[in-house]
Amino acid sequence: MRAIAILAMNEFLDGLRNRWVAAAIILLGATALALMLVGSAPTGTIRAGALDVSVVSLTSLSVYLLPLIALLLSFDALVGEFERGTMLLLLTYPVARWQVVMGKFFGHMMILLTAVAVGYGGAAVITVLFTDNGIEGWQAYATMMGSSLLLGAVFVALGYLVSVLVRERSTAAGAAIVLWLIFVVLYDLALLGLLLADHEQKIGQALFSGLMLISPSDTYRLLNLTTFDTVGQVAGIAGVAARSDFSVPLLLGLLTSWVVLPLAATMTVFHRREL
Amino acid sequence: MADKAIEVTGVVKRYGDKTVVSDVDLSVRSGERMVLIGHNGAGKTTLMKLMLGLTHPSAGQLRVLGSNPATAAAAQRRAIGYLPESVAFHSAMKGREVLAFYARLKGVAVAKCQPILAQVGLEQAADRRVSTYSKGMRQRLGLAQAMLGNPQLLFLDEPTSGLDPTLRRQFYDLIDTLSLSGTTSLTSSHSLNEVEARADRIAIMKNGAIVACGTLSELSHQASLPIVVRLRVMAGHTASIAERLAPMGEIQRVNDHGIDLSCLGTSRMVLFRHIAGFGDVIEDMDVIPPRLDDIYNYYMEHVQPQ
Repeated sequence: MRAIAILAMNEFLDGLRNRWVAAAIILLGATALALMLVGSAPTGTIRAGALDVSVVSLTSLSVYLLPLIALLLSFDALVGEFERGTMLLLLTYPVARWQVVMGKFFGHMMILLTAVAVGYGGAAVITVLFTDNGIEGWQAYATMMGSSLLLGAVFVALGYLVSVLVRERSTAAGAAIVLWLIFVVLYDLALLGLLLADHEQKIGQALFSGLMLISPSDTYRLLNLTTFDTVGQVAGIAGVAARSDFSVPLLLGLLTSWVVLPLAATMTVFHRREL
Repeated sequence: MADKAIEVTGVVKRYGDKTVVSDVDLSVRSGERMVLIGHNGAGKTTLMKLMLGLTHPSAGQLRVLGSNPATAAAAQRRAIGYLPESVAFHSAMKGREVLAFYARLKGVAVAKCQPILAQVGLEQAADRRVSTYSKGMRQRLGLAQAMLGNPQLLFLDEPTSGLDPTLRRQFYDLIDTLSLSGTTSLTSSHSLNEVEARADRIAIMKNGAIVACGTLSELSHQASLPIVVRLRVMAGHTASIAERLAPMGEIQRVNDHGIDLSCLGTSRMVLFRHIAGFGDVIEDMDVIPPRLDDIYNYYMEHVQPQ
């Protein structure tokens, strides 16, 4: 446990030192604030608080940004240390290999936590203070922050798996981009294309919702856009998602297994690896 | 504490169909300074990695400080220090931060870092980023982390490659200081000259096998390389003396006032007595023993691993 804490702290401090934390906070905070200030104007007839409304736009934003930040943090984590030669020395210390992976994971999660808490949290505080919408809808907003972190964890874990499987940093970078494209862009496009092509509506509601569960980013969308009624109204995706009757524990469980399985696979591969 | 710090028996390491370490036997006593000499790619680094438990042998057995390094408890690794070849650190960290990080991992009080930094001469540079360090400074920081927690056993993989002669000497002085306090060390190098007075025993590696192992005098004795006898002879007598010495050795050089003659170390006394018999004609005599490089070259060129 001690070793994991030391490694996590080292990883976090590294993130502070090379301005990763600052960059992520600015990125998330600035975009969130922009969306919320724009979004608070046209609430119009729909009775929704500013925080509720912003959950919709922030969910769409997070689904792109958090996987990107998470992968940028993680793709280098193992292969980079192999390449620089620092891993060789580290493993002669009283540290087990699984502890190295967990230490890095907690360190990177601390970076994401800081970015989400300060970036999104700060944007919410500013919005509440400077508009007259009040804090109505804060539960949905908090859920969005928590699940964004979970989405980040998914892609940190996937990044490690890439990082332990390849031999060179450049390959890892390429693979991370491909991973991001598949899960965040291409899979959704494919689903959309499937819907458009399906003139005779052979694909039922259940099948389509099921297909959405395959991708962690869609699971994240479902979690945020359907859990709270008010959010669902504004989201306007009632046709698909609002009617889905997936329970919150199911969605959370799915996302969690997207974290646990890649991490376990990373440890297994790393354990067998000879230096 | 085990009498043998390192015990390697019949260890083989293959990567694919390439044998990197073949059937190595080696034992290092506690407190001994053992040096591994060999050309690049002789298997020195791989042998060290095997001893550190970073890779697993394809065959054979290793015991380091009494247990198998591949399965040893983490606590065991606290008693071991390692300086990898061309050591690397997180370049954004300061020297002091790097050392403190490794100290925490090893369970050594961070306060103990200061004297170690002073010992390796990095006190002034401790608050600079590692990315600004020269090769020699990085190497010294590497030694500093290896020294953390007064290890019983030190592995130093080509610790002085790329260092200038002054730094090199300082480096070996430091290692000597450590060994005085009872630390066992296994150092690899590709030059015998460098480690001449710094090794209790020397193992010579070639193509993955150990071709010779012993003290420096044992190695030079086993090699039985010729010594060179350099004579200064009274003017006018060189030709006749050279003629009379010819059966006893090989004349290498004759001029009007001197003769160089090589002979096997075993028959040297016969030659000396003979030369003494010439009396005043011989004005001076030097005996040049084989150089360390000659000994090394002998093992590299003439001894084949079985």
